[in-house]
Amino acid sequence: MSARLTAPNLQLNELGKIKHFLTIEGLKQHHLLEILDTAESFINPKTNEIKKVPILRGKTIMNLFFEPSTRTRTTFEIAEKRLSADVASLDIATSATKKGESLLDTLWNLQAMQADMFVIRHAESGAAHFFAEHVAPHVHVMNAGDGQHAHPTQAMLDMFTIRKHKGDIFDLKVAIVGDVLHSRVVRSQIQALSILEAREIRVIGPKTLMPTHPEAMGVHYYDDIEEGLRDVDVIIMVRLQNERMKSALIPSEKEFFKLFGLTPKRLALAKPDAIVMHPGPINRGVEIDSEVADGPQSVILQQVTYGIAVRMAIMSIIMSNAAQLAQHQSEQAALELENEEEEA
Amino acid sequence: MRLAINNGRVIDPSQNLDGIANIYVIRGRIAAIGNTPPKGFSADQEIDATGKWVLPGLVDLQARLGDPGSNYAGNIATETKAAVSGGITSLCCPPDTSPVNDTQAVTELIQRRARQAATAFVMPIGALTQGLQGELLSGMYSLQQAGCVALSQANQPIQNALTMKNALEYAVSHDVVVMLRCEDQRIKNKGVAHSGPVSSRLGLPAIPPSAETTALARDLILVEEAGIRAHFSQLSCARSVEMIRDAKKRGLPVTCDVAIHQLHLTEMDVLGFNSLFHVSPPLRSQQDREALLQGLKEGIIDAVVSDHTPLEKDDKALPFGESRPGISGLETLLPLLLKLVFENGLDLSTAVRAVTQNPAAILQRNIGSLESGNSADLCIVDPEAIWTLEKERMLSEGKNSPFVGWEFVGKVEQTYFQGRPVYRDNPV
Repeated sequence: MSARLTAPNLQLNELGKIKHFLTIEGLKQHHLLEILDTAESFINPKTNEIKKVPILRGKTIMNLFFEPSTRTRTTFEIAEKRLSADVASLDIATSATKKGESLLDTLWNLQAMQADMFVIRHAESGAAHFFAEHVAPHVHVMNAGDGQHAHPTQAMLDMFTIRKHKGDIFDLKVAIVGDVLHSRVVRSQIQALSILEAREIRVIGPKTLMPTHPEAMGVHYYDDIEEGLRDVDVIIMVRLQNERMKSALIPSEKEFFKLFGLTPKRLALAKPDAIVMHPGPINRGVEIDSEVADGPQSVILQQVTYGIAVRMAIMSIIMSNAAQLAQHQSEQAALELENEEEEA
Repeated sequence: MRLAINNGRVIDPSQNLDGIANIYVIRGRIAAIGNTPPKGFSADQEIDATGKWVLPGLVDLQARLGDPGSNYAGNIATETKAAVSGGITSLCCPPDTSPVNDTQAVTELIQRRARQAATAFVMPIGALTQGLQGELLSGMYSLQQAGCVALSQANQPIQNALTMKNALEYAVSHDVVVMLRCEDQRIKNKGVAHSGPVSSRLGLPAIPPSAETTALARDLILVEEAGIRAHFSQLSCARSVEMIRDAKKRGLPVTCDVAIHQLHLTEMDVLGFNSLFHVSPPLRSQQDREALLQGLKEGIIDAVVSDHTPLEKDDKALPFGESRPGISGLETLLPLLLKLVFENGLDLSTAVRAVTQNPAAILQRNIGSLESGNSADLCIVDPEAIWTLEKERMLSEGKNSPFVGWEFVGKVEQTYFQGRPVYRDNPV
């Protein structure tokens, strides 16, 4: 019997600081708080504007999108430019790998173009881990979504949004409604909420859209939205994809809305000051009623703005950790040299 | 050529034999086992096997040899060398070759190349349907005439129940053993890992046990209706063991096997997305693993196979779900089996029987046994040798083993095929 019960923590360096940002799983509360606090520092408290800073001047960041995306890719690009990095974005779904070049050859080629960081979106769960295992030691990997596994930057911006409105995540009751099974965002949100010690995390939806073992994720499952929403502080709605109807997981959008759609009446079951979130793009009348989406409790559009600050925070932390590690290593080397000289 | 292997502990379940004895070989065949040589015997060569175990050459019901075609790493010459280094002298190669082994020509090509290599006994398995497409029946009679020992669908089970029913009914007249892997492709969908806590956490598309058990239920009923002898390959679920137990109780002529890695690994090994642990059927829960081991101990599971799948480096240098499933397993079949004997309470004779007498009986061949008159296929094992599997020292062209770095007790020292030495371990 092999003894590997936990995944090796690929994303931390030898000082225990973030090196790659692949998943929320395995990070400590202080890692997440550092990200949230740093993101805060990028936003002008009066104007809500995000200023341009020279933190990553001279660094090259490549956005590798093996799966199409507009919003995530755009917010990453903006975040990188506000940090003054040199940016190249590649839509790989339609280029290299189609010509039969292997995935690793593509990666190594791009690495040879002096990349310091790769931002990767890929349709396979575990793809970001795969890249992180194969890049050169000085190159960093950020996961912009891998299959159904993780979307950690999105989860962090959701935590940022919750904290903005609630002051703290600690002790909150959070309900996540919809397609949990296929959602990388939800997996990362659940992990972040647990690490930040939310009091209770509930997942709500039809059994066909739930993972087989929700308890392994540390959540409580409800198949009745009215029961699940009672007294919660935060409601996170998940986008329903069209393919779910085609693969016979649910009958129709109409029936889904009847059973799980967020209506004003259902929203009233949550705490009066509960906030409503949605990673977008929203399907009005499928998972959420327009009246709720545009209502006073909705924070959907703010999430997008915060996304830029949070991604800036993570990228700058990774780069400053690398600088710190390099300094630590050169100090160690100097110390060893000193000791040797003393011995001599 | 007369050979005497002296003073070894001879373990041959086919003769209920376990004791110190000498083995006498004349012209490639076993002449006698005992303490006195046959009359007039004088050895050209004597081997001292004191302190060693002497086993019949192992019989592996499922090993891909990469020949013909380039869809797997290696070829018959390289992979049979790897086989004998693990004590395996007889192996069945499934029909998922390129081209598919669904014609006499391919069967004969495999046999010709095996004869040229002359390292081990290679038994081709013919395709049950043309091109393994699961639609049109293959020429079963012709394949059998050409030398196929069994018919199977490799890893592409027939989905259409009517085609399956017809294939079994047609096959029954030819007294050929049909090997079935049970998997409902629609339930499997795009799954790559067992549906359990690990796939839930990692977001890997899941394969529920029902992908195997519903197909097994269908096939058991069709097998019973057709009245055919059937062998079920590479079971992975606890429930499947129960179903085979019930079928045997009902008197159905069914047998089954398990891939050795299923007795050591579980879904937990998939944490970390290491593609070397991507196999089909998937690694399942701890409870499934225990039920499979229990099934082997009780004789519900008849045989253990390597399910050897030698892959190129590029096949595994991909994210988990995009990598090709399979393990290069010839060199670890016996070591992993012995590990179960030393660490998990598996009886030694049950273990040896599962890779000698039982698979031979399933194939109805005089192999996997040291009875006089049989081909002198045997291996000599040092039961106390401690060694670590190293990638660089693997003989298979497929280095895709998740067991690299594992420490084993018990190592094959020498292997004989038809009385000729085909493998000798060089102690460093």
